[in-house]
Amino acid sequence: MTETIAQWAPETAESVWTRISRSRGRGAATGESPLLAGVLIAVSLIFLALFLILPLAVVFYEAFAKGALAYLAALAEPDAQSAIRLTLLVAAIAVPLNVVFGLAAAWAIAKFRFPAKSFLITLIDLPFSVSPVVAGLIYVLLFGAQGLLGPWLKAHGLEIIFAVPGIVLATIFVTFPFVARELIALMEDQGTSEEEVALSLGASGLATFFRVTLPNVKWALLYGVLLCNARAMGEFGAVSVVSGHIRGLTNTMPLQVEILYNEYNITAAFAVASLLALLALVTLAAKSLLEGRFKDGHSAKTRGH
Amino acid sequence: MQIRTVDITKNFVGGSARPVLDGVSLEVGSGELVALLGPSGSGKTTLLRIIAGLEFPDSGSVYFGDEDASQKSVQERRVGFVFQNYALFKNLTVGENIAFGLDVRGRELRPPKAEIRRRTLELLDLVQLSGLEKRRPGQLSGGQRQRVALARALAVEPRVLLLDEPFGALDAKVRRDLRAWLRELHQQTGHTTTFVTHDQDEALELADRVAVLNGGRIEQIGSPDDIYDHPATPFVHGFIGEASALRADLRGGRIFIGGHELALPGKSGRNGSGRLFVRPHDIAIGEAAANGLEAEIVALRRSGATRRAEIAVPFEAGRVEIDAPTSANLRPGEKVPIRFLRGTFFLDGESAAA
Repeated sequence: MTETIAQWAPETAESVWTRISRSRGRGAATGESPLLAGVLIAVSLIFLALFLILPLAVVFYEAFAKGALAYLAALAEPDAQSAIRLTLLVAAIAVPLNVVFGLAAAWAIAKFRFPAKSFLITLIDLPFSVSPVVAGLIYVLLFGAQGLLGPWLKAHGLEIIFAVPGIVLATIFVTFPFVARELIALMEDQGTSEEEVALSLGASGLATFFRVTLPNVKWALLYGVLLCNARAMGEFGAVSVVSGHIRGLTNTMPLQVEILYNEYNITAAFAVASLLALLALVTLAAKSLLEGRFKDGHSAKTRGH
Repeated sequence: MQIRTVDITKNFVGGSARPVLDGVSLEVGSGELVALLGPSGSGKTTLLRIIAGLEFPDSGSVYFGDEDASQKSVQERRVGFVFQNYALFKNLTVGENIAFGLDVRGRELRPPKAEIRRRTLELLDLVQLSGLEKRRPGQLSGGQRQRVALARALAVEPRVLLLDEPFGALDAKVRRDLRAWLRELHQQTGHTTTFVTHDQDEALELADRVAVLNGGRIEQIGSPDDIYDHPATPFVHGFIGEASALRADLRGGRIFIGGHELALPGKSGRNGSGRLFVRPHDIAIGEAAANGLEAEIVALRRSGATRRAEIAVPFEAGRVEIDAPTSANLRPGEKVPIRFLRGTFFLDGESAAA
């Protein structure tokens, strides 16, 4: 008897192990045990609730803490109104400019071969790696009263720092890569043969761009615009340095939120903040909608960041 | 419309030592179907793109008929260009793809809508895709996409048709069908056509004439029979059809392997050693060989209706694959007498000598 057990023990152990692993896997070889899966899901849900959903809920809760009337009154306040207008204006200038720039850069990088190409790609990513505060400071040093070009500009009656142009410039700088990055990978992937066909069929360069290139990248372009817009409206650091925080004149929504909060005007601060949060939610919804369209058209593997 | 390229030279952008094209002159007669055949990197696609005006040569000219098209843009050249990957417009339907070339014309040149539609349907019929005009390119098979690409190129009534590896991305069966179909279509429409391929069967079967390219130069232009039966250079002999090379010597117009004279005609004139190219059916075995040359059978395998034997020819001439009769009872290791029926001899460092 003892002999038998000794003889069979290794095999028994093995068969037990096989049974365990079978009962777990059933479907895929990568399948985890239900317990581990449950723990992982719970951890990520708790994390999400704590760090994302709760703060978002607090924004809206605080905004409406003194009732809907107080909320509306806070938004109707002239300074808040002007902050909203300025934010929309800055986005309305910065986003289209970056669309044009992004298209041009992506076109150049994806469709042509030239020596400094990889350098240009690195340069486009620069705003992602530079702290926004530093970006703002660069503009102050360039265009400020003691800056490199400041005195000359002042002499010609041009105000950039502590004025709207500075805010627009800083915003363009930080939102620079969004459109270009979305397009470069996709355009490189698509190559140039469709454009070449269009040209060989007699289409002009412009017709080729509008009828072939643009339709092929439209969802990626929209996606890039969306991200660019969200950042343009939400940017704080760079804008804060160049704006000068002049109430009713150079305060964007994020800056207005900070000022109101520092003045213990909690309801008004959160009211303005709720608008920004709303923008984030709309962006998120539109993004997931676009991702669906993306997959229909072509691969969605071009997500950059 | 006749196509003529004169002394086309093109270098890589990086300026590497070897040019992509090195003085290529080619003439494609009106209504002719010519294949540009060569291994990858031989410059065949670049030549086609230069004819189309998608790329420009460093020197040399391109003529369409008597007209010098060298400085003309791709739009002005009015060529039908078909890409290997089809390059259909993904966002347009099949019908819209075909109509594209007519649709983008300036107002004064654009045919009326009804006329565009009529031509689109006519072309769909020609490429045997009637009823599919509402489909998207993504819903078509590879062969169907290729035919749409061809119909789209034909819609603008091109002066010449240029096809880049037209069947390269298709599987073997579809490729054979499309080949026969393209031959028929060419007979129907009579377009001057040049196509690029690396598939010699495709080139020999389809083309009126074949230009074999290697290293940016044309090695030989000729009819498929010419190319196959009378290869002008060692490269062409090695590239077209199955061929093996044996070390041999040329002396006084006669070809020798290790002192045994082969009953093959060789050009008199220069003497020296070189390579004798033979195809599998150029060597007979098992017969009483006049020159007493014997080879050892190294391996045997079945290949379709015939049997292939790999034999080692003595005097370190090399190994060749030959067609062996299925009737003969051969075994590896056996020595058999061999006789050369045909062969082309090239002296080392020289092109045709036999």
